[in-house]
Amino acid sequence: MSALRRFAAAVSALFRRESLDSDFNEEMDAHIALAVDDKVRRGMTPEAARKAALAELGGVTASREEHRDARGLPFLETLVQDIRYSLRALRRDAGLAVFATLIVSLGIGAGATVFSVVHTLLLRELPFASANDLVWIANNNGEGLSDRTVQVSQLQELQRSNHSFSGVAAYFAFYSIGDFRFSRGSEPERLTAVPVTRNFFEVLGVNPQIGRQFTEAEAAFNGPLAVMLSHAFWKSHLGSDPAVAGRAITLNDRTYTIAGVLPASFDFGAIFAPSQRIDLFYPFPLVPETSRWGNTLSMVGRLRPGVTVEAARAELAVHCPRVNREHPEWNAFNPYAAPLREHISGKLRPAMYLLSGAVFLVMLIVCANLSNLLLSRATVRGKEIAIRAALGAGRGRLIRQMLVESMILSSAGALLGLLAAVAMTRFLAGLETQMPLLSQVRVDWSAVGFTTLLALATGIGFGLLPALRVSSMELQSAMKSGERGSSGGREGGLLRSALVSSEVALACLLLVGSGLMIRSFLRVLDVDLGFQPSSTITIRIDPGRNFPDAATRWAYFRDAIQRVNAASGVDYAGITDSLPLGTNRSWGAPAKGVVYTRETFPDGFVRIIGGNYFQSMGIPVVKGRDLAMTDNAGSKNVIVINETLARRLWPGEDPIGKVMRPDKDREVVGVVRDVRHLALESGAGNEFYIPFWQTNDFGSVNLVIRGRLAQQDLEAVVRSELRAMDPALPLSAFRSLQDIVDRSVSPRKLIVTILGGFAGMALLLASLGIYGVISYSVTQRRKELGIRMALGASGAAVRGAVLWQTLRLVLLGLAVGLTLAWAGARALSVMLFGVTSSDPVTFFAAVVLLLAVALLAGFVPARRASMLNPLDSLRME
Amino acid sequence: MSKMDLLQGTLDVMVMQTLATMGALHGYGIARRIEQISGDEITLNQGTIYAALVRLQQHGWIAAKWGTSENNRKAKFYSITSAGRTQLADDAAYWQRLNGLMSRLFAPKVEGAGS
Repeated sequence: MSALRRFAAAVSALFRRESLDSDFNEEMDAHIALAVDDKVRRGMTPEAARKAALAELGGVTASREEHRDARGLPFLETLVQDIRYSLRALRRDAGLAVFATLIVSLGIGAGATVFSVVHTLLLRELPFASANDLVWIANNNGEGLSDRTVQVSQLQELQRSNHSFSGVAAYFAFYSIGDFRFSRGSEPERLTAVPVTRNFFEVLGVNPQIGRQFTEAEAAFNGPLAVMLSHAFWKSHLGSDPAVAGRAITLNDRTYTIAGVLPASFDFGAIFAPSQRIDLFYPFPLVPETSRWGNTLSMVGRLRPGVTVEAARAELAVHCPRVNREHPEWNAFNPYAAPLREHISGKLRPAMYLLSGAVFLVMLIVCANLSNLLLSRATVRGKEIAIRAALGAGRGRLIRQMLVESMILSSAGALLGLLAAVAMTRFLAGLETQMPLLSQVRVDWSAVGFTTLLALATGIGFGLLPALRVSSMELQSAMKSGERGSSGGREGGLLRSALVSSEVALACLLLVGSGLMIRSFLRVLDVDLGFQPSSTITIRIDPGRNFPDAATRWAYFRDAIQRVNAASGVDYAGITDSLPLGTNRSWGAPAKGVVYTRETFPDGFVRIIGGNYFQSMGIPVVKGRDLAMTDNAGSKNVIVINETLARRLWPGEDPIGKVMRPDKDREVVGVVRDVRHLALESGAGNEFYIPFWQTNDFGSVNLVIRGRLAQQDLEAVVRSELRAMDPALPLSAFRSLQDIVDRSVSPRKLIVTILGGFAGMALLLASLGIYGVISYSVTQRRKELGIRMALGASGAAVRGAVLWQTLRLVLLGLAVGLTLAWAGARALSVMLFGVTSSDPVTFFAAVVLLLAVALLAGFVPARRASMLNPLDSLRME
Repeated sequence: MSKMDLLQGTLDVMVMQTLATMGALHGYGIARRIEQISGDEITLNQGTIYAALVRLQQHGWIAAKWGTSENNRKAKFYSITSAGRTQLADDAAYWQRLNGLMSRLFAPKVEGAGS
């Protein structure tokens, strides 16, 4: 208690220095007066008494110092002194201080941003209760959606008989974007809703912020209609009305009850469907009818307390084969289980490691650079330091003071960097990329903590070397040799050269790494998509209401195609149920008359198309004919397949005229080029195209329009045609095919962009480092160069000598950097596409770039050296 | 025999004990009193008294007040507080125990040295 009281008093004493001092001075005066009185009374003369009193006191100044130390916190006070002194010193060198702060803020800004991203994607708990107990359960873990999802009966069986999970829930994976039409005012709008099992939010541990979970009745087949609202939708469309629960909302001309509103922390899109905005959820009934739809569900289970993922996997490995045997009538379920986080961001783990590594290298370069800067400054300040040392500053005190200086620089930089990181994370979170969880990235307290540590580490990292060197400088020589002088000029020069060479080596590493990623990205962009995305737009045109019969429906879409096709500026228009690089479903795709085993049974991605779909997409028909409007319910059932499926079903034969059975017997009438449906990086699978007019089995209809107009004009033309046809059709969400392609490469692009930025930073910092060292050494060698020139060396020879000095530094750095890059690049190979980790082009380009930049940085001081006037430079000494 | 240096912390106890027996005193008075009691065996840098005084004050063990001395000089008078008395009792017990321990520890050696 009294210790605390004393500490509080000591702290408050720091701020009352003047009043306490004057009080103490009065007390001293009183003391002396009393002592003099005393001594005079005992017979001394007043002068002698005064002298004796002062002697007994031990001096007023010393007493005051002792008093100050006793009443305050001496450590803190020296620190405050050091800080004051450092600020003064830095103010004298404002240019350097600003420059150093900016460099630190660059590094720390990058560091804090990358930390926030990595933290969100890999470390921070997902926004669910006990999120680490959640397990993603998929079928096969295949590539296509149908190949990953599970049948309703299988889910029910798992729910009934498992011991590992306290709950298993699922969402319907074949929801499509914009399934629900919603009218607010005159403009109809498309909303996206995800059907989920009744217990979905319970299993995830998400409670509605307002309202309740779904009821059993609502989750029954044809039960009362109910929706759960996402927080964002509630905010943007219902004005955050707190009384919405229980109210009615009209969607697709039907009335739904609002069960509740989900909390803001739950963003389905960010976790399960990056870049999608999900507005609503409604209950998905688990009944025989929905089970007949086949594989449709993506499942999430919550582990019982104490059960590990491995244990759950082991149970599934026994459970599923048994169920598959007992129920051959169901689709097989080959379980794949992984922690939910692993499923969501596991694939990005290598990329996150890469970014962390890159930012670490950048930080090292930043430190090397500032170390260098402070070293050169320390040499210039040699005299000042020497004077301080001569006046009695100990080595410890000098080191401390130098470290305080670097800490001030790094703290200021950290503050700026943190602001930059806040801006950067806002920017990243707002990006529409298919990177999961990215929209949740923000600078949180752990990022602030990380930044603090980073600032500390940086401050020591770049301050320690200069501090140690400065404090070990010999007093005398420093005093004697004035501004230039340190006894260890040569040694210091070596140190600085070593620092610059390391910068070059680190920059080389970063350049090679990012170069490989950039080359991969370019290769990905160069991939033959199988379709032509340029000048083509698309919009969903199914009106979100039921047609009385198939004929009416066909008439509606035929009308739409024909109207748009005839519009001026439009070349081709066609429809499809699903676009490339979006959702996909697969059906069995057997050739008729061939017997397959369960393992060899072929399946393929199915597309339902109409109109001039192939022309509008730019997919060439390589054999046979295109589908036509005349392939309708009244004519023969036909199908078009891609080259891969043709090879798979009838290797070496002509597929035209052959018959296959996806849903019913269909005659192959054409073969088209392969299309990359899943991702740019993965090749095409089996694909087949069924005429729209011969099936009812589709979920959505997208119109694809290729035209000769600019995108906005094309949109306007199409909009006016469709508006005339159906005023209730929502027409706001046009997308270009290029946008769809761009979006699918957005995660790779993002990482490449960040890496490229880091490499650029590294290059800049390294060149600054080179410039600093070379121009300093030119100043140092002024005399020598002057003598050489006086003895007849030409300007070119001097320039050459300086450039050669530069080159030596760079070559050393390159040798180290290339060796490290050669060894390290192999770690990148999972992320590379179309280039090997030892890609000679990349290595060569990195070397050339570094050499060019380095020589440029060296050329400026070299030129200055060659223009020295020998007389001037000799006279300076 | 040369004069003694003071062990760390002993001065604080001396100051409190002085105030406890003498009542309110100014800094000079405390210094003189301690020197007298010690029979001039210790030399006080009288300035150090003030460091001890401010420390004790911050702990709340003594209080200070400006007043007038008997020969009409303005001076700051210190007096012990009740918290200070409690602390002093603790310290006194400690010193007595230490004193006993030290004399037992050094007993034979002192005999042997004899001089």
